[in-house]
Amino acid sequence: MFEIIKTERTIRFMKMTKPAFILSMLLVLLSISSIAIKGINWGLDFTGGTVIEVGYDKAADLEVIRPLLAAEGFDDAVIQHFGSSRDVLIRIAPREGVDSEHLGSQMLAALQGYDKSVEMRRIEFVGPNVGDELTEQGGLALIAALICILLYVGVRFEWRLASGAVLALAHDVIITLGIFSALEIEFDLTILAALLTVIGYSLNDTIVVFDRIRENFRRMRIDDSVEIMDVSLTQTLSRTLITSGTTLMVLISLFLKGGALIHGFALALLIGIMVGTYSSIYVASALALKLGVNRETMLPPVVEKEGADQDPMM
Amino acid sequence: MVIATIAICLLYATPNLYGEDPAVQVSAARGAAIEVSTLDKVKTELDKQDISYKSVSLEQNQVLIRLTDSEQQLLASEILKEQLGQTFIVALNLAPATPDWLQSLGAGPLKLGLDLRGGVHFLLEVDMQEALVKAQDQMLQDFRTDLREEKLRYTAVRKDSNGVTVRFRDAETRDDAIKLIETKYQDLLLKDSENNGQFSLSAKMSETKLAEIKEYALQQNITIIRNRVNQLGVAEPLVQRQGADRIVVELPGVQDTAGAKEILGATATLAFRLVDSKADPYSSRVPAGSQKYTTRDGRPVVLKKQVILTGNHITGATSSLDEFSRPQVNIDLDSQGGSKMSRATKKAIGTSMATVFIEYKPTGEKTPEGKSKLQKIEEVINVATIQAQLGRSFRITGLDSASEAKNLALLLRAGALVAPVQIVEERTIGPSLGKQNIENGLSAMIYGMIAIVIFMAIYYRKFGLVANIALSANIIMIIGIMSMIPGATMTLPGIAGIVLTIGMAVDANVLVFERIREELKEGRSIQQAIHSGYDNALSTIADANITTLLTAIILFAIGTGAIKGFAITLAIGIAASMFTSIIGTRAIVNFLWGNKKIDKLSI
Repeated sequence: MFEIIKTERTIRFMKMTKPAFILSMLLVLLSISSIAIKGINWGLDFTGGTVIEVGYDKAADLEVIRPLLAAEGFDDAVIQHFGSSRDVLIRIAPREGVDSEHLGSQMLAALQGYDKSVEMRRIEFVGPNVGDELTEQGGLALIAALICILLYVGVRFEWRLASGAVLALAHDVIITLGIFSALEIEFDLTILAALLTVIGYSLNDTIVVFDRIRENFRRMRIDDSVEIMDVSLTQTLSRTLITSGTTLMVLISLFLKGGALIHGFALALLIGIMVGTYSSIYVASALALKLGVNRETMLPPVVEKEGADQDPMM
Repeated sequence: MVIATIAICLLYATPNLYGEDPAVQVSAARGAAIEVSTLDKVKTELDKQDISYKSVSLEQNQVLIRLTDSEQQLLASEILKEQLGQTFIVALNLAPATPDWLQSLGAGPLKLGLDLRGGVHFLLEVDMQEALVKAQDQMLQDFRTDLREEKLRYTAVRKDSNGVTVRFRDAETRDDAIKLIETKYQDLLLKDSENNGQFSLSAKMSETKLAEIKEYALQQNITIIRNRVNQLGVAEPLVQRQGADRIVVELPGVQDTAGAKEILGATATLAFRLVDSKADPYSSRVPAGSQKYTTRDGRPVVLKKQVILTGNHITGATSSLDEFSRPQVNIDLDSQGGSKMSRATKKAIGTSMATVFIEYKPTGEKTPEGKSKLQKIEEVINVATIQAQLGRSFRITGLDSASEAKNLALLLRAGALVAPVQIVEERTIGPSLGKQNIENGLSAMIYGMIAIVIFMAIYYRKFGLVANIALSANIIMIIGIMSMIPGATMTLPGIAGIVLTIGMAVDANVLVFERIREELKEGRSIQQAIHSGYDNALSTIADANITTLLTAIILFAIGTGAIKGFAITLAIGIAASMFTSIIGTRAIVNFLWGNKKIDKLSI
């Protein structure tokens, strides 16, 4: 049998809760302060404005393009390479009173001044209102997702476990956001989708662990909550690592091969899933333990057979 | 059952392997019809120009011409546009080259989103304030006519917030008016008041009425924009409502966004009004009920406020040149419009009627809510003497150029927007970027898949191979199901969703296999271990996947276009992975190892 981790011996996870807790608090605080001080680099979807992506035959020199655009009145334009040195991305803030309809063709004309080979790859314009609404909606969606999950886990498990799980999720989301803020990566709609997926995924991990914790509380005839936690975590550790590993493999492939448009998306998932794996081991279980999970709270009034409340799949 | 399900999915996934033919589609403009003769005409025209085509067929009221390459496609479309004239719309398209036997099963390839095939996406916002103002105007006019017909004398009628106020000299007339209005109109909140011997009646539109007006404005605008998009000659356009006041328009393959915008957002319409012949256009005093305008050639003219007819009643409009080679637009009205017109002109023979061109243009200023203000521009394009009673068809002149006449005719044909719209979001994807997105997505998928397959085979050996078979089945199921669902489109985030599912789909198998290993370690027999491994992992798998499914649903609910694509593939992927791992691999495992004496399990 080929194993990454030998799980003959129970690993004492719960001994590490204090350092892990300090690490988590530190990361969360750092993230919050980065979000508070540096803010989040909101993408076009949220701020509104215009983004134009063009491609040239050969490498484009941004230093030459910049004054060309400035001469046309686009001196506030953010100009950068996108994906390769031949592709150029230009972003302009929403402007008052200007007809957005002609902005694109006007810019394209200016860019032709650099080299005739310019090819329009993508133009996106988002009105400022739409952006505001999206920010609101996006925030609501995150909160709605967290509440739905709290309810589901609360019904399926016990409230202490549910709170542990949801706090762990909030922890993942805050840290991922913090890293995005610190690295000044643009936050667009796809990243919001990635964050929601991280919530789903990280919870998936947490639930697998919780399921085992619950099972062990019922099966093992000991009253030592810490011991049961450790045993459960050890038993699920290799599964947690393998699943995270396979997911990380495809994400790395997506990050490297998927093209510049989904770079941010893949990166958000990469960070989120790494943090999520860690948090489902340390944050969720440790918090549940702190909230006082023990044998009594885990034993249901009527002992049910596991999975008996679910319809068979076939 | 497992095999049957996968076979069906495989069947529906196969059209994706056949690719697409460049094609030209010809459809009829409003009022025309496609007949077999059109088909013959297309064939002869193409033969004349020596254009080689794969096939010409008549499907769903369209003539579809499949061509060998995109050069021939462009050539064919130009020739057909020239030869078939204004009554037909010629558009470039890509027709799926799905074989007939698959088509007859309703199978077709995946629909690609704009980010994969190129095109333009617009989000339009309907100006509801303007819709309400229009409804108010209508109410004002209706009240005037009603009261006049019933001989109830009023001193003034004016608009106020969400309604109309009418003043009377005495309470009696007012009460009669209330009775009249109550019986004639529902959904109005009536209130009477008295102030300094002025008796007034205020009628406000109720909340339901307001909501109704907004809903109507949105629906009507969607219909009209759909008509206009069809006039543009775009293959497979999408016009869809989003939320309370927005419309999504997607035009695949369109690169000329300026032209599209001009037609989509244009609010141009006509109104016909009588000239107030009693008023002196050169004096500064304008009688109540009339309004002063300037014609295109700079002469002042006083028009009655009452509108005989608006563009809504126009059913057909074509542009042409009159006997003096001046551009003109021939207009056909619906029966209601026709009777309105004949009633109004019957009494007015010998007087003049003006054609007013109305258009909304953004001013560049913003309202307090941050929306940009629209300005209503009214222009008198012609004033003509009514020679005889007009009926359902007539013509207007006074247009500046032939192209103006042509555009106006198109807009009148497609119908006037009930309320002006504004573009609040626009995304254009070039065709080369679309292609590149597909390539990137596919290569990410392939590399990810290879990595997982190798890992699983090494780590779980024979069981790993079983998991890999399940994984392949999984991908076939996602593509098959996506191809089957009529509304589902594949987008770049959708591909990312599939890639992510590849990584996550093995999770269910990992859970089972780890469980089996554990059971083996605890000293259970091989058969027992397999059995309880699957059983014990079941509830965990279900619990874990339901939460991811929940997030996918939330994403689907809040997401737009591309994000929806991600949510769909993620959800289908999760469902498929539960199916393949819980039922699929179990069947394979039982088949391979079940009820046999084995000493060692390759796990």
